[in-house]
Amino acid sequence: MPQPDVAPGQRFEELALPHLDAAANLARWLVRDPALADDVVQDAMLRALTYFPTFRGGSARAWLLRIVRNAAYDRLAERQGRDAREVAIEGGADDPALDVPDPGAGPEAAMSGRQDRVRLRRALDALPVEQRECLILRELEELSYQEIVRVTGAPIGTVMSRLWRARQALLRMPATVSHDA
Amino acid sequence: MTPDPHAAACDEMRLLIQAEVDGEIDAARAAALAAHVAECAGCAGTRERLVELSAALREALPVHAASPALREAVMRQLAAAQVRAAARPALSSQILRRWREVIAFGSGSAVAAVLVLALLRPGAGGSVAEAVASAHIRALQPGHLTDVISTDQHTVKPWFDGRLDFAPPVKDLATQGFPLIGGRVDYLQGHPAAALVYRRAKHVIDLYVWPANGGPTAPRIGLRNGYNLVRWRQDGMQLWAVSDVEAAQLRAFVHDWRAMP
Repeated sequence: MPQPDVAPGQRFEELALPHLDAAANLARWLVRDPALADDVVQDAMLRALTYFPTFRGGSARAWLLRIVRNAAYDRLAERQGRDAREVAIEGGADDPALDVPDPGAGPEAAMSGRQDRVRLRRALDALPVEQRECLILRELEELSYQEIVRVTGAPIGTVMSRLWRARQALLRMPATVSHDA
Repeated sequence: MTPDPHAAACDEMRLLIQAEVDGEIDAARAAALAAHVAECAGCAGTRERLVELSAALREALPVHAASPALREAVMRQLAAAQVRAAARPALSSQILRRWREVIAFGSGSAVAAVLVLALLRPGAGGSVAEAVASAHIRALQPGHLTDVISTDQHTVKPWFDGRLDFAPPVKDLATQGFPLIGGRVDYLQGHPAAALVYRRAKHVIDLYVWPANGGPTAPRIGLRNGYNLVRWRQDGMQLWAVSDVEAAQLRAFVHDWRAMP
């Protein structure tokens, strides 16, 4: 979804506040804790105000969400007492190479009904945070790949790889034996 | 070809299929992909699963909007931060510390913050504040502080005659702990101003005076380049006190100065 560019001299509130809901949503999905997510949003809004003079235009939402994302990672790292990224990346494998094959569909592939919605939510929560954020940004915030690149700082190939792996993980749920064709 | 729900996509097509489902490829490539998918059950199955997953996610996942409480907290926080930011475009930690002292001082932080804004809003006196602070800093260089050295106001006052086209009010506040040590003429933004030099312990207080239109105004405190500033208008004169003494002491100085006939 394209965002209007920002006119010079536009005030911070006009720029940032329209994206407060998106900020809250991303924070919540990243840290998975309502109170901590609110802290993250407040922290991020203060940071955004500080960085505002360096905002160069383009998608204000992507700009703000990047700050939210960084604030969320900081809080996660604080809370876990170690680097959130190390936790997030399984075995450090995060290159664009598709080390997760397309398994084809498992017996649980059809997704419908309340139970499946709950399972889907849980499966998403169980994803490494860097995969989860890509999927949330794409599916819920409807950001383009380029905007996701801007938010996460990851190369576009990595973004596509994370999206692919996140989706394959969700399609595999529950962890049933996959069968390659 | 009918999608095969259990077949996998061709290795090299996966990201392209995903990109197409995500609306990321142009019409030409989409058409080429569609031609392939029509021929390949595995790719067709993968594409269908991705589309279904996307729909399921959007349907199943709650979107967490900002709560009214969070929205209000953010607004409050931004308002407070912008009061602080108005003090200086580039905030150093030292300046921030000093601001807290300034704001903590006196009649409550809200009032202080409003006064600070009023004093330092760009275009509304900020440039005068810059000029006053700069003049004060220049004066602190060795040999520049005073042109007439005297602890006697009756010596300082006539000294200005012939050097200025107005008679600055010269008061000695030695009994209040702010002895007058001299005076000089400075040029602020192109107009001459009397600078009365006072001392407080080892600190210098410069009081700049020049004629101004308009009635008296209450003192307003602010900060420039690490120096505390207080400005007010009295008896047809614009006055700016500037010093590195603590804000509380500078306000005491201003209070005593204004109170003295």
